[in-house]
Order: sequence, then C-alpha cells, then structure tokens
Amino acid sequence: MNNSYYNPADLKKFGNITDFQQAMGEKFFAWYGEVFKDGELTAREKSLIALAVSHAVQCPYCIDAYSSDAFEKGWSEGQMMEAVHVAASIRGGASLVHGVQMMNKVKEIAM
Amino acid sequence: MIKSLQAQHNILADARVQQGILMRGRSGEFNLVPFQQKLLESRLFPLAPLALEIMQVNVGKMCNQVCKHCHVDAGPDRKEIMTRTTMLQCLQALENNPGLQIVDLTGGAPELNPDFRWFVDEIKKLKRHVIVRCNLTIIVANKKYNDLPAFYKSHNIEVVSSLPFYTQDRTDRQRGSGVFRDSIKALQMLNETGYGIEGTGLILNLVYNPAGAFLPPSQDALTREYKMALKSTFNIFFNNLYAITNLPISRFLDYLLQSGNYEQYMEKLANAFNPAAAANVMCRNTISVGWDGFLYDCDFNQMLELKVDHSLNHISQFNDESLQKRNIVIGQHCFGCTAGAGSSCGGVVT
Repeated sequence: MNNSYYNPADLKKFGNITDFQQAMGEKFFAWYGEVFKDGELTAREKSLIALAVSHAVQCPYCIDAYSSDAFEKGWSEGQMMEAVHVAASIRGGASLVHGVQMMNKVKEIAM
Repeated sequence: MIKSLQAQHNILADARVQQGILMRGRSGEFNLVPFQQKLLESRLFPLAPLALEIMQVNVGKMCNQVCKHCHVDAGPDRKEIMTRTTMLQCLQALENNPGLQIVDLTGGAPELNPDFRWFVDEIKKLKRHVIVRCNLTIIVANKKYNDLPAFYKSHNIEVVSSLPFYTQDRTDRQRGSGVFRDSIKALQMLNETGYGIEGTGLILNLVYNPAGAFLPPSQDALTREYKMALKSTFNIFFNNLYAITNLPISRFLDYLLQSGNYEQYMEKLANAFNPAAAANVMCRNTISVGWDGFLYDCDFNQMLELKVDHSLNHISQFNDESLQKRNIVIGQHCFGCTAGAGSSCGGVVT
C-alpha cells in the first residue's frame, strides 16, 4: 500500500476493477458509457452535472476527471464554479433542512 | 505585443531543438512509444502517399496576430515571405499536374503577402479550387483589407477561419486581446457578402482549437453549439466547423513545456492513437510548399524543417510521379493528427 489512500495514477487504473469481478465491472462500464452519451441531455450538459456531483460526493478521482472533461467540453471557469456552488448549497441545505427536525424535537420536549 | 519565439531568441526557434525535445522530452529521459511503432502495429509503416490532390502553400510567416498555440511561430516580426518567382514555380507545377485540384493558401496571414491577390488570380486562371486560411482580424486590421470579402467572393474562394471558441474569454486567451471582437466584425462582413449563407454557394468554414493542453471534443457537438451560440448572440452563420488538435510544435510546444503539461499531453495523444485516423492523415494526399519553395509532407513537418524524403525537394523541381514513390516523413508530433477522431486542416478524418 502507498502512504496515501489516494494516488492520482490510480485513476488510469479504474478499468482494472474488472480484474476481480469481470461480469459486474463490464456491465458497469457499459452502463457508464451509455449514460454519458448524447441523449435527452447533451454529453456536455452531463459533464457539468458530473462535475457538481463529483464535488458533492467529494471524489478526488471524479473531480480530476470531470474538471478536465467539463473544461474540454467548453464550460468556463465561472460556470464550473457555479456548478460547484450548486453542489455545495445542496449539501449545506441538506444539513440545514434537518434543523427543522431539531426544532421539532426541541419544541416537543421543551416547556 | 508578444514577440515570436524567433524574435525572443528562444531556443525553440531552432527546429532541431524542437525535434530533440519531441524525441526525448526536455529532460532527455521521456520515453513515449515511438509513432513508427504504432504505425507498424497498424500495418501502415512506411507511410505511403496516395494520389496528390491538394497543394498547400505557405506564402509567408508574417501575421498581424501572435497566437499562443501557433505552430508556425508567425507574427508581425516574421519577414519570411514567398516571392513572385516561387509563386510562378507553384503555378507551373499546377499547370503540369492536373491532379492537384485544390490549392490551400496559408501563412501567417496569407493576405499580407504583397503578391497574394495576383497569385489567387493566376491560380483561378488554372481553374483550381482555392482555399484561403484567413485569420479574420486581417479583414478589419486596415482599410486596405476591408474589401477582402468582396475579393474572395469575386474569385469564389473557400474561406477557412480560426475562431477557437464562441466566447470572448477563450478566444482572446489563445489569440490575443481584442481578437474575438474583431473576428465577430469580420464574420459579419463575410456574412453580408454572402459567405456562410445558405444558397449562395460561398463557403465559410470555422476552425476550433483547444485553448489548452487537451484534445478537441466531438466535432459534431461543437458544430451544434457554435451554430446556436453565434446565431443567437451575433446573428452569424457559417457552413462547417473543423475541430483541429494542437500539435506540439513552436509556440504550442513552448506553452506545453512552460506549463508543465508536455509529457502528459504527449501521453494523452499517444494513448488516443486511432489506426483509422492514421490511415486517413492529410499528408497522404497533400504536398506542402514552404515560403522559400521547399517541399514538405505537411505544414507541421515544414515548421520542423523536415523536408520530403526525396532528392527533388523544391517546387522548381516538382515531379508528382516521382514524389509518389517517397515515404512520408514521420515523427512523434504525428500523434497529434492520429489521436481520437484524427485531425487535419479539414477537421476530423474518421
């Protein structure tokens, strides 16, 4: 093992996950490839969504891959940062909306 | 204004230095799979020419722009200009070789050659299709160039123009401050003349180049985006979009080295090697003529000073039949034309 859990070089080895479970790995990559093709949404639009989700799930491999991919597909730095803010605001909002639960509980038990 | 590598006395102005870096990287220890090996594996080595159809003529390195990715290292400080004598030799070669049906004029800004219009007149007398690689801003650079759209129209020239993106930010980053604004003005003038407008038969094609160390995205997807964005924002129309990969030569090579992207960019190109693209590379049906009349397999080899592998290597000695027997000169830079969907002066090749 390396001294770090994350190694940038591992991103290129993503395909190797089929070594330990070929059938499931191949199905995943076929599905993954299909998902990112032009469809009801363009491949370009999907790239920006993937960038935002990468930040929401805080996956360094995904951030590496989709920062390049989104820029290559023509999104500007400002647009990409706005997408990250969308992800961050949903994450922040997801915590804050649970404040209602906290309030409900406090109201339930408070005099 | 930024100076050319040559005016800066940058070591990359020496083609031999560039060739050395392409072989082994700046450290001398970079080992990339040889392009020759990839061709061998694809049964394409030695790379043989097909029938010549296109004569691409670089009429000079002078340009009114200094683009960061320019493989020619063109700019206002470059004085290399094709003479009328060399142009006459090109015309003679065209006359003697009817197979060469297309003449593709490039530079620099080809319009800056004082004999440009005369040369176009003479080529058209030989009934050849002429393409001019116009950088757009030359049209608005000076009053004396404002009539270029009318000149192109009167000679039914196909115009191919670089517009690296449909936003100001990316275009100006690559081509210089104010270039996007002037390019839009020039495109509107071309549209007013009929270029890019359906039914006129006047062809206006645009060129996309990545503004950084990455490959172009899908040409079809880019075309849709460009058409939509240019129409809705500026009411501009064009025919086709060519997505062209930046080759690691001259100023783009300098950018790759300065930004620390050289090795990963070369690996990206090599990993994306596509045998189908390799079979269709433009050097197979094109001959490239330098400003001084020497012959090359392509404009990229020209800038690396890799002349055709043939004893008759000057336009004054042009012999189509004999040139057909040569092998095309290749190098590591060729990975730029064979990556992904491939790249040529006419966009993707697959």
